[in-house]
Amino acid sequence: MSAATDVRAFSTESGSRRAERVRLLAQPAAVVVLVGSVLTWAFARDNDEIEAQSINAATLLTKTWEHVVITFVVAAVVAGVAVPLGIVLTRPWARPAAPLFIAVANIGQAAPALGVLVLFFLWTEWEGLWAAALPIAFYSLLPVLRNTITGIRSVDPALVDAGRGIGMSAFGVLLRVELPLAVPMVLAGLRTSLVLAVGTATLAFFVNGGGLGELVDTGYKLNRVPVLVVGAVLAVGLALLVDWIGAVLEEYLGPRGLS
Amino acid sequence: MADSDNVSGVEIQLDQVTKRYPGSREPAVRDVSMTIPAGKIVILVGPSGCGKTTTMRMINRLIEPTSGTITIGGEDALRLDPDTLRRKIGYAIQQAGLFPHFTVAQNIAVVPGLLGWNRSRIRERVDEMMDLVGLEPADYRDRYPRQLSGGQQQRVGVARALAADPPVLLMDEPFGAVDPITRGNLQDELLRLQTELRKTIVFVTHDFDEAVKLGDKIAVLGDQSAILQYDTPEAILANPADDTVAGFVGAGASLKQLTLLRVRDVEYPDIALTAVETRDSPGALRQRMTEQGRTYALLLDERGRPKRWVHVRDLSSATSLTSVGRPVGDVVSTQSTLQDALEAIIAEGGNAVVTGSRGEYVGMVDIRTVTDAVQQLREEHGDAPEPTGSAAS
Repeated sequence: MSAATDVRAFSTESGSRRAERVRLLAQPAAVVVLVGSVLTWAFARDNDEIEAQSINAATLLTKTWEHVVITFVVAAVVAGVAVPLGIVLTRPWARPAAPLFIAVANIGQAAPALGVLVLFFLWTEWEGLWAAALPIAFYSLLPVLRNTITGIRSVDPALVDAGRGIGMSAFGVLLRVELPLAVPMVLAGLRTSLVLAVGTATLAFFVNGGGLGELVDTGYKLNRVPVLVVGAVLAVGLALLVDWIGAVLEEYLGPRGLS
Repeated sequence: MADSDNVSGVEIQLDQVTKRYPGSREPAVRDVSMTIPAGKIVILVGPSGCGKTTTMRMINRLIEPTSGTITIGGEDALRLDPDTLRRKIGYAIQQAGLFPHFTVAQNIAVVPGLLGWNRSRIRERVDEMMDLVGLEPADYRDRYPRQLSGGQQQRVGVARALAADPPVLLMDEPFGAVDPITRGNLQDELLRLQTELRKTIVFVTHDFDEAVKLGDKIAVLGDQSAILQYDTPEAILANPADDTVAGFVGAGASLKQLTLLRVRDVEYPDIALTAVETRDSPGALRQRMTEQGRTYALLLDERGRPKRWVHVRDLSSATSLTSVGRPVGDVVSTQSTLQDALEAIIAEGGNAVVTGSRGEYVGMVDIRTVTDAVQQLREEHGDAPEPTGSAAS
């Protein structure tokens, strides 16, 4: 990929504002209906002993909670690394380095998530939450990094010029003009990253990281379809929910006065 | 800095200022030296790419000069911290450069905020600035730039530039992106502001007409910002330094000169025969007209304002002066430019009515008055009248 195509942004802009509003209401409702009906079915049916070990409130809550924790650790790492890195890479003195970092992030995303996870494990021999969260963070870094760079670069240079011209420092312009105007882009990137992270976190069980992937794995290996279905549906529900939270944040955290 | 003339601006001096970009053989700006007098509007005008914007941006060090010195109000600008320097220099650019996520009030408050003013002082200042540029604070304070027209945005841009009361104002084609009517209004507004504020204003444009209208002095720049001529608009129009300047002044220099003169500067003799429409009778007026050998008389209302022209033959059948004659068309005031006067003279067929400050009739101007004024202006600027109209010095 050339540097020019590298900075294309991930956009989660979909249709009109009105459609967006309808979706803001409909998406969580759909999740509740989907997850609710699958759980009702799973609890109501006649589960055998092996199934009952997985399909009970305590286990499901623990696994879901683990999944959520992995996701948020990933989000924190991604936001903590990719946003500052993206900011630095838009400073005039660091601009030449941008293609290099984008290329590395590209490799992270292009490589299969499972591969990144296993290689990281082989390298560090860690297990548990961090062994899962760090490679997943690397895997889902790109959207935020790329969107931060694109978001800042797409701020009208005349505004930066005006800011400096009336006496704002370079840092002041970054903090008060460039970053606020880049927020919608950064949030869109974060939302994409989070959805990637929720999906990839189903692989965390490979390195003892827990999460809903364990249910899927158990259901598959022991040939217990209800366990597999519950795990998968909970993961899907969580992904949709995280996407929805992202949409809500985009709606309310963006700078005012732009539309 | 205020002296007896109420000048709040300070003098700017450029001494052998050069800007050379790395990797290019020729400097973008070469050895520019000029003095920009305190409290005056100086226009840098020239073709695109001549370095006029670069020259201006070196004054507030958005571009660092390669060599040379710049003094602002006696202080060496190159020795100050650039951010501190810029807070004392107003800066307005094309399309205003307003921050879209800041309200009008927040935009205007940026520089006072940087200077650490307290909240109540900033709030007062914001309202004061909005009043100054003609935007009602209560209506516009909390709007975002996108909710304003281009002209209104430009006003906010000027208000933001003036908010911290800087002695110097740099304006880079500030009215370049608005329609001609709004542009004219903004120019008038700037002139009005300047009579109050008396800042030192450096104004960059490529529009010579704008330069003539706004400038106390105009610097016509050539390649590498070389100063081809630096003088008053009158002098440049009357006597361009060389062919390049003449070419830039363009055709119709004499017509442009008319925008520099006002009716109050020339003779407007009270030569019309007048009558008050509600007081005088048609018969008496007719008698006066035949005695003086006039074919037309000017009818005024009770407050002396011109209403209609009446022909002598219309008076024989008329019973009252209120119903005869044709309305007076274009009228010029003593404040009008001679260009407006010329327009009215042509429209009215030979001469135009001049009115005073309350709209009352004070005299007449004709084509002769206009041509004499232009002639006189040329003689004042040391150039023999040129019958061919070609430029030479």
